Amino acid sequence: MRLIDTFFNARVFAETLPLLLRGLWITIELGVASIILGLILGLFLSLLRLFAAPPLQFLARIYIDIFRSIPLLVLLIVIYYALPFVGIRLSPFAAATAALTLVSGAYTAEIFRAGIEAIPRGQFEASMALGLSWRQMMVDIILPQAVKIVIPPLTNNCINVVKDTALASVVAMPDLLKQATQAQALAANPTPLIAAAVIYVAILWPLVVLVSRFERKMKVGSR
Amino acid sequence: MAPIITMTSVRKRFGSFEALRGIDLEVAEGEVLCIIGPSGSGKSTLIRCINLLETYDEGRIAVDGIEVRPGKALQAVRREVGMVFQSFNLFPHLTVLRNVMLAPMRVRGLAPAEAEAKARELLKRVGISEQAEKYPGQLSGGQQQRVAIARALAMEPRVLLFDEPTSALDPEMVGEVLDVMRSLARTGVTMIVVTHEMGFARQVGDRVLFMDGGMVVESGTPQQLFDSPREERTRAFLKAILQH
Repeated sequence: MRLIDTFFNARVFAETLPLLLRGLWITIELGVASIILGLILGLFLSLLRLFAAPPLQFLARIYIDIFRSIPLLVLLIVIYYALPFVGIRLSPFAAATAALTLVSGAYTAEIFRAGIEAIPRGQFEASMALGLSWRQMMVDIILPQAVKIVIPPLTNNCINVVKDTALASVVAMPDLLKQATQAQALAANPTPLIAAAVIYVAILWPLVVLVSRFERKMKVGSR
Repeated sequence: MAPIITMTSVRKRFGSFEALRGIDLEVAEGEVLCIIGPSGSGKSTLIRCINLLETYDEGRIAVDGIEVRPGKALQAVRREVGMVFQSFNLFPHLTVLRNVMLAPMRVRGLAPAEAEAKARELLKRVGISEQAEKYPGQLSGGQQQRVAIARALAMEPRVLLFDEPTSALDPEMVGEVLDVMRSLARTGVTMIVVTHEMGFARQVGDRVLFMDGGMVVESGTPQQLFDSPREERTRAFLKAILQH
């Protein structure tokens, strides 16, 4: 009984739920913004990495390698606490979005690159032979096929981004985790933390299931 | 009449291997030219240089007076030169109809309705009208290759390049593709066909060209080349393939 009172306290849960939901909303905003910006950045980087002039290809590769190596928490703290020394002062939301986007973009770039490289040469040749411009070839022929191939790893990356939003609580971002820790302090009871954990799982579990389903379908070989 | 394709001393190297060792060739408008020769003789490389899917190192190629080289003019060349590949290279994520409609809409700026009408007509011509809404993966190899021909024709090219169009097909499907090509030849479009189908080259070709080792060994009318080849290498090649 004591256990239930401590971890699953209904009264505390009811009292702190509005706070948690406000935090959840911010977590979702942060996740969605970072995912979309990361996709755009990743696509851009992958195209540079594959098709740009050699110096730009090299720079894209360096970028991708650096941002896949740096721990997200370190990057976040550098952006939020170090950049103000050179006059760049970002809000917690902007700092967290920037850090998540920069890292997600690097991973996404590698995912897109793998997808584009998996498209047979003949698809490029047929497009060129028909007189399509490079841009038309990418938009109409190559990317639609490449994106289809990389939907499972892209979804995986989205899951990671949403999970990593929790790190934003260290820069005083009132996201789900931050609200939960505050609610816990307020109520002197860990129920809000448990509730936060359950909420994270509840929104990410469906995505995890979706990825497994994609992967199973790919293995069967739809076409 | 001025030739539609002119190649002058064209050379192409892959590393230390010389794939084309000085090709001089003129193709007249409306001509059907068949290129035969052993694998590795440079015949595919030769036609792939005409629309610059392969770059060449020396010499000059011109299509309808436009020099074939990287840059703005290349689009103009590719608009006039259609290509059919050994492995079809249809776009698997688009329906048969969309495969044929795409380039006329994007490159020629045709309205969708106009492009669709034309695509349906071409699909009818190659005998695939019932499959228009299917995806390439649902068709047989022979049907896919006929769609690929329709796709190339939709751009109304003045020259059609065929890169071993029947080599990837099951034997029973070769005939249907050759039939389409045969009827095309009668329409007066310029065709360059790299092929191992000697019967087709003999019946349909205006001229046959034998290549070996990156060079044109000899060329002539089908009768000349098949019945009284001048060069020893041509004789040896023909003997080897006609024996079985």
